[in-house]
Amino acid sequence: MAVAPQQQRADLREPAGWRRTKNRIATVLMVLSFVVVIIPLGFVLYTTIAKGASAITGSFLTSPIPSVVEPVNVGGIWPAILGTLEITALATVIAVPLGVLGAVYLNEYGGNNWLSRFIGFMADVMTGVPSIIMGLFIYSIWVLHFGYSGLAGALALGALMLPIVIRSSYEMLRLVPDSLRQGSYALGASKSRVTLTVVLPAAVGGIVSGALLAVARAAGETAPLLFVILGGLTTGNANVFHGANIALPMLIFQNASSPYPGAQARGWGAALTLIAIAFILMIAARVVTARFARYAR
Amino acid sequence: MDEPLPNVAAKTELPKLAVARSAAPRDDSGAAGNLIFDVRDVSIYYGSFKAVTGVTMPIHENEITAFIGSSGSGKSTMLRSFNRMNDLVPGSRLEGDVSYRGESLYGRDVSATAVRRRIGMVFQKPNPFPKSIYDNVAYGPRINGIRNKAKLDEIVENSLRKAALWEEVRSRLNTSGLSLSGGQAQRLCIARTIAVEPDVVLMDEPASALDPIATGAIEDLMRELRSKYTIVIVTHNMQQATRVSDRTAFFSVLVNEESDTRTGVLVEHGTTQQIFEDPQDSRTQAYVTGRMG
Repeated sequence: MAVAPQQQRADLREPAGWRRTKNRIATVLMVLSFVVVIIPLGFVLYTTIAKGASAITGSFLTSPIPSVVEPVNVGGIWPAILGTLEITALATVIAVPLGVLGAVYLNEYGGNNWLSRFIGFMADVMTGVPSIIMGLFIYSIWVLHFGYSGLAGALALGALMLPIVIRSSYEMLRLVPDSLRQGSYALGASKSRVTLTVVLPAAVGGIVSGALLAVARAAGETAPLLFVILGGLTTGNANVFHGANIALPMLIFQNASSPYPGAQARGWGAALTLIAIAFILMIAARVVTARFARYAR
Repeated sequence: MDEPLPNVAAKTELPKLAVARSAAPRDDSGAAGNLIFDVRDVSIYYGSFKAVTGVTMPIHENEITAFIGSSGSGKSTMLRSFNRMNDLVPGSRLEGDVSYRGESLYGRDVSATAVRRRIGMVFQKPNPFPKSIYDNVAYGPRINGIRNKAKLDEIVENSLRKAALWEEVRSRLNTSGLSLSGGQAQRLCIARTIAVEPDVVLMDEPASALDPIATGAIEDLMRELRSKYTIVIVTHNMQQATRVSDRTAFFSVLVNEESDTRTGVLVEHGTTQQIFEDPQDSRTQAYVTGRMG
């Protein structure tokens, strides 16, 4: 017998009392807050699917936008899908390279000089600027001179994405251990080479997923587009550089404020389509991150 | 002074330990090889902090020179001045001169990247890139403009063979360098360093994060590399210094009570045998016999 009879056995149970009660209260509170967070999220998704799924039939995604008075199941939202895709793509082309290069400057080159501190500060301020201000800004410096276009919308969305891309890329670059940079320098690499062949590849997964989050956020923005792409189209405008355009969030906004059931149904359908696009982008972000992280253990 | 003592044999046994080392003791006089580094009255500052002061010493070709001494004695700082890695620390500054094969490393037209292509470095913590094993080794040659696949394959295999890692990784050259164990990763870093065929390999406590078996492998490797390269190694392990090095330099900390500053100084340098068996300075004697950290 291992334990002598007279020896008291260790009591390893959590002692009853205030401490155990506190633990239970905290656990219950955490579960509750999780439920509170999930309810509105689930409800938004449920409502959109319930009301939007019925609108999405055969030609809905590919048909032109009808007049708001048309009944349910007439026409579709293709022009808005096309507009959202081309405007968001153009915004990405503008904002992501600029943002990543800016972050590279901030973390690799600027150090703690006044310029990099200034840029970092401005990026933080820009993150907090309401999106409609971006729209007004582009309206006053671009639309007033060159007219409505998808490009103007892309500029507004790009201005919105830029600080997000800078911040997320900067944080990713900061996570790259200095020992990797030193290892590269010790082999005789120049600074640009260290940045291009070691630092950026090590951070690319995080940079890409940060950029895609910014894209998904921009794709859902209504306010910056309101007065820079005009909207009100019934057929698609494939020329992103010229003429009024339309995007899904705008279409949703217009249809939601309409009294006609057909328009409202198309609005719900468009909302579901937009959520689906955002969802696909998120999955793409995961896949891309996993692919780039192949060698990160 | 404040760090754990290496497991040094008792004082009376020490001479035996030193004599038993495999490297043949070499003469300290003119019979030594060519001068690789000539360090003349070097002081190194980080901002206003003087990390090391007044170091003058030679480093000879095809020898292993060990830097020993307690923490804060400036060994690593001195080592990093040999391939200008200290340049990467903002505010660092070097007074005096370090010349490499007769050319000042800190001359006006000297490019730090050109220096580092000839003087490689292995770090204390293995730092493989998050790339495949192959790309880790091919990294340096690619910097030097080698694009030919067959040539790269050959360099990668040869370097991994020299680093005694080839047999372990030959079937998985495309897996991540981060998937290797600590000892393997350090050998990968050595392979990466010798892939650019440097003239000198600097090692900053290369085995301090490794277990005794991996340490033994690295030490065997160093003895093999000695015929082709000049090696300077910083180590906290005095047995390691006696096992692998031809010459030893002992650094110590100079404490200035008045200004409360601590500066590293070179106390003594000579053949490893002389430093461990017949130290001329009492501080060296205290350190190598384990009476002082």
